[in-house]
Amino acid sequence: MGAEEPIISLENVEKTYSGRQGDITALDKINLSIMRGEIFGIIGLSGAGKSTLVRCMNLLERPTSGKVWIDGRELTGMPGGQLRRERRKISMIFQQFNLLQQRTALENVAFPLQISGLPKRAAAEQAKGLLQTVGLEARAHAYPAQLSGGQQQRVAIARALATEPKVLLCDEATSALDPTMTRSILHLLRDINRQLGITIVMITHEMAVAEEICQRIAVLDQSQVAELGTVREVFAHPKSDIAKRLLFPGGNAPRPSAGNRCYRIVFDGSSSYEPVVADLILRCKTPVNILFADMQNLDGQAVGQMIVQVPDGADTRRNMLDFLGQRGLQVEEVPADDWI
Amino acid sequence: MIGSELWGLIGISVLETLYMTLLSTFFAYLIGLPLGLALVATAPRGIRPAKWLNRSLGFLVNVLRSVPFLILLVLVMPITRAIVGTTIGTNATVVPLVLAAAPFVARMVESSIQEVGSGVIEAAQSMGASPMQIICKVLVPEAKPSLMVGSAIAVTTILGYSAMAGFVGGGGLGTIAINYGYHRGETPPMLVTVVILVLLVQFFQECGMGLAKKLDKRNR
Repeated sequence: MGAEEPIISLENVEKTYSGRQGDITALDKINLSIMRGEIFGIIGLSGAGKSTLVRCMNLLERPTSGKVWIDGRELTGMPGGQLRRERRKISMIFQQFNLLQQRTALENVAFPLQISGLPKRAAAEQAKGLLQTVGLEARAHAYPAQLSGGQQQRVAIARALATEPKVLLCDEATSALDPTMTRSILHLLRDINRQLGITIVMITHEMAVAEEICQRIAVLDQSQVAELGTVREVFAHPKSDIAKRLLFPGGNAPRPSAGNRCYRIVFDGSSSYEPVVADLILRCKTPVNILFADMQNLDGQAVGQMIVQVPDGADTRRNMLDFLGQRGLQVEEVPADDWI
Repeated sequence: MIGSELWGLIGISVLETLYMTLLSTFFAYLIGLPLGLALVATAPRGIRPAKWLNRSLGFLVNVLRSVPFLILLVLVMPITRAIVGTTIGTNATVVPLVLAAAPFVARMVESSIQEVGSGVIEAAQSMGASPMQIICKVLVPEAKPSLMVGSAIAVTTILGYSAMAGFVGGGGLGTIAINYGYHRGETPPMLVTVVILVLLVQFFQECGMGLAKKLDKRNR
């Protein structure tokens, strides 16, 4: 990923809506740069302003103030016709797919080509190739109602790629899909990013989605960017409360017995994927209680984190911490109260 | 009870009624469809908001819709004479029918178009579609089944209006019903025309609904 050149820049972007009870701030002075070729995640709880933020990137929502730059051109302040041409470089896919219900898959993919002035036959020809890219050429003549959610999203992706965009905005693109379909859509997006070099902006409320494919993320909270960094940084050392909350969707941790202490073990990829906890228990001959674990094996590297409850006893505890330290893992004590 | 001469007259009246109804529906859509689309497009959250245009069009539609048809028929007689050259007969009835039906059609079109999901419109906007492209390539095609249902309702309503024109010599089945049933007090011819009107309404309604269902790609 090129960290050199931003393809999307937001400069002091503000969005307020005037409601019955006065103005509501949806975005509060957002400054953000998204680099060419990266997969950038914007995460936050619902109502944090994610959807408004992504719609400010293609000016579906006009910022109340501030500037939006795409690929070196300032969108804010562009006249309507020019803005519409510029939008063809920025495609978008949606949670509800938003396919035209009265058109077949093929006709849906051909649609953006037709509105950009391509004759019907040429558009259909090109659409066929795009459906092939997303593996749906066999269902070209099916209507959206005849397709599964995952297939509909594939059609939407093919449609989004039709105008050869530089940026693909994904607004909760996998939130309406089951886990299997989510994974296959995420893989497709990653392939698109790698093979076509298209910058992807992912809006999601699911940390796991961001973790799976994003390189950098911004955590949005109360209309502001609460935290920004590589997925690994934010994941390993969440600084803001909201990032911590998104990382450990609370309430489902078992209750530790009184007097015990809790530690967070961070697997940042520097340790190999081996049974660390099992070894720990065997070595120290003392059981630990896993309160929370979110682990992934990325190319043989362990990435993730775990909250373990360690029994009382200063010696045992020191042994355990030493053991983990030797394995190159970061360990920090976390308040046990958080896990009750 | 009904002589062959009267049956012949009824036959001609059916054709006259169909002529008035279909011609009026055509012109009503010619005016009402763009009017309805304009009402949706210029609405505050529409694709091309225009506050005053929207309000003016809405007001015009409401005014025309609030005049009862029989009164409108008489009221617009000068206009009718200017366009057709006479105020009696089928051609003369088409003018007030169009004037009454166009705003009605506009409201029907408006409500059909409003059923198109905002997500689809947003998707089209994100692809760089212009307001005109959104109307022609997204709103109308996506609302087609609902527009078909609306047109069935419009045809049957116009059919009913056309019969009212019988009171002022408008021609068609209405004239038979008024002349024989009201002025001469002969019930059988009136009943026959009523039965024919019922059958016609049934026919148009069923056709419209059937076509709408067939066109809709959502229920497969």
